[in-house]
Amino acid sequence: MLNIALPKGRLGEKVYNMFEKAGYECPSIKETNRKLIFENEEKGIRFFWVKPSDVSIYVERGAADIGVAGKDILLEYKPNIYELLDLNIGKCNMCVAAKKEFRDENIKVLKVATKFTEIASDYYSKIGRDIDIIKLNGSIELAPILGLSDVIVDIVETGTTLKENDLEVKTKIVPISARLISNKASFKFKGEEIEKIRNAMKEQVLYND
Amino acid sequence: MIDETLMSFEEKSAYKLRSVYKKYGYLPYKMGKFEEYELYVRNKDFLISDRVIAFNDTNGKLMALKPDVTLSIIKNGEDVKGVKQKVFYNENVYRVSENTHRFKEIMQTGLECIGDIDFYDVYETICLAAESLKVFSDNFCIEISNLDLVKTVITSVCDDRKFVSNAIKFISEKNSHDLQKLCEEYALDKNNTEKILTLVSVYGERNEVLSKLKKNFDLPQISDMERLSKMLDNSLFSDKIRFDFSIVNDMNYYNGFVYRGFLDNVACGVLAGGQYDNMMKKMNRKSGAVGFAVYLDRIEDAIRGNDGFDVDYLIIYDDNTDMKKIIFAVNELVKAGFSVSAQKDIPENLRYKEIKDLRKKD
Repeated sequence: MLNIALPKGRLGEKVYNMFEKAGYECPSIKETNRKLIFENEEKGIRFFWVKPSDVSIYVERGAADIGVAGKDILLEYKPNIYELLDLNIGKCNMCVAAKKEFRDENIKVLKVATKFTEIASDYYSKIGRDIDIIKLNGSIELAPILGLSDVIVDIVETGTTLKENDLEVKTKIVPISARLISNKASFKFKGEEIEKIRNAMKEQVLYND
Repeated sequence: MIDETLMSFEEKSAYKLRSVYKKYGYLPYKMGKFEEYELYVRNKDFLISDRVIAFNDTNGKLMALKPDVTLSIIKNGEDVKGVKQKVFYNENVYRVSENTHRFKEIMQTGLECIGDIDFYDVYETICLAAESLKVFSDNFCIEISNLDLVKTVITSVCDDRKFVSNAIKFISEKNSHDLQKLCEEYALDKNNTEKILTLVSVYGERNEVLSKLKKNFDLPQISDMERLSKMLDNSLFSDKIRFDFSIVNDMNYYNGFVYRGFLDNVACGVLAGGQYDNMMKKMNRKSGAVGFAVYLDRIEDAIRGNDGFDVDYLIIYDDNTDMKKIIFAVNELVKAGFSVSAQKDIPENLRYKEIKDLRKKD
């Protein structure tokens, strides 16, 4: 039996649909109830929904053999897993954004508000910019408006929230999309089944393109 | 005769592994708990965690509680032509835990073959790595990579430092999509892109890997891999030893063959090793080295079952119970080979198979 961790929410539903079209369906998942685990014995798969940021933990620790996680989560937590496929959905960008009038004159430490402290630190260390990281857990866009930070580092999908708050993207750090990931040991012992799923999902990706 | 049931997991594992290593002429290596701090500062990338518990000795010298054993063995050896130092160790080391991010005392077990090493020694350590895993489960595998081949293939298409480090990272993740994007960023042609992607797509059964590699490359490292593979055909565990280039160690220290061991019920690698001639050079040694470490803490977490019992019998008595009766009951059970715990009440966390109540009933 292969355990598959799916991210709860809109992205997770899209991902499940891809699994379904790839031949790994599990109809009970669409029933409205409080069940957490859904099994298709015949196909040898078991799905479960987890918080998107927890998928990589379930996979890294082997509670799930494979799963789907955003590249943002993989860059932030650097889990020790295999990244098998870019599913090409949930596409967005990790960006530096700030008030429209903001210009980084590089004369003082830059105050950066973000949920993604690792990604932000990596990015600014690569360009040699001294920063002060302010870790926030939500409503990141508020930080520059209220003067808590100079810039924010966050995921930008359409840019509507930024626009509505008089903010704009200053730099695109890295493109983000959903990735099929696998536990390393599971890949060693259940490699054949995992490869089959990866190949079937790859066909779906090509079909969607 | 040693009763293994009385041993802790660590003791039992160390005992079994020791007997495996001794069979092949590896001698125990014992060392102190402290080492000069400077040794680790100079070689911190070689360590799993670069944080070390340091303290000032009475003479003012900055010392450290050992976070690693290999560096101490290298430091204390000598290079003599034709001679190999074959040692195994079983030592406590002090590292920051990957999970709790706090210092932890960890039992590190492993072996090193240092000196005038050759192909046989690489083969022997891989076989011993396989035997080590067999101690814990029949369902294990060892995956071998050749770092020299990986490095040659990558640098032959592009020797930019950033490209090389990113390519190695993506190969270690089996991440062909980002590797392909990286090749596009560096404007590599189709032929070179395909060459490098082979390192992600080719893995598994040794002969299959070799034949695919031969189709794509003409490199001396493939002959090395072929030679090792043929030697491994004679090993008892040949079918459990595969090639996989996602096994990557720091190339500043490691070179040639590196390998990692997995058990089917443990979520991460439980054994890591390989050749580390580059590390030897950094420490001004002229000879080569190969060895591995077994991560007993990772294995223990997965293997330690919760279905056992602490004792066979729980004997319950009270202040009115005749002492002779208690002694007799305990002795009889112990003589019959059972374990017994005599208590006045049922302990909350004790797991017992049977209960004998010696209290007088009114």
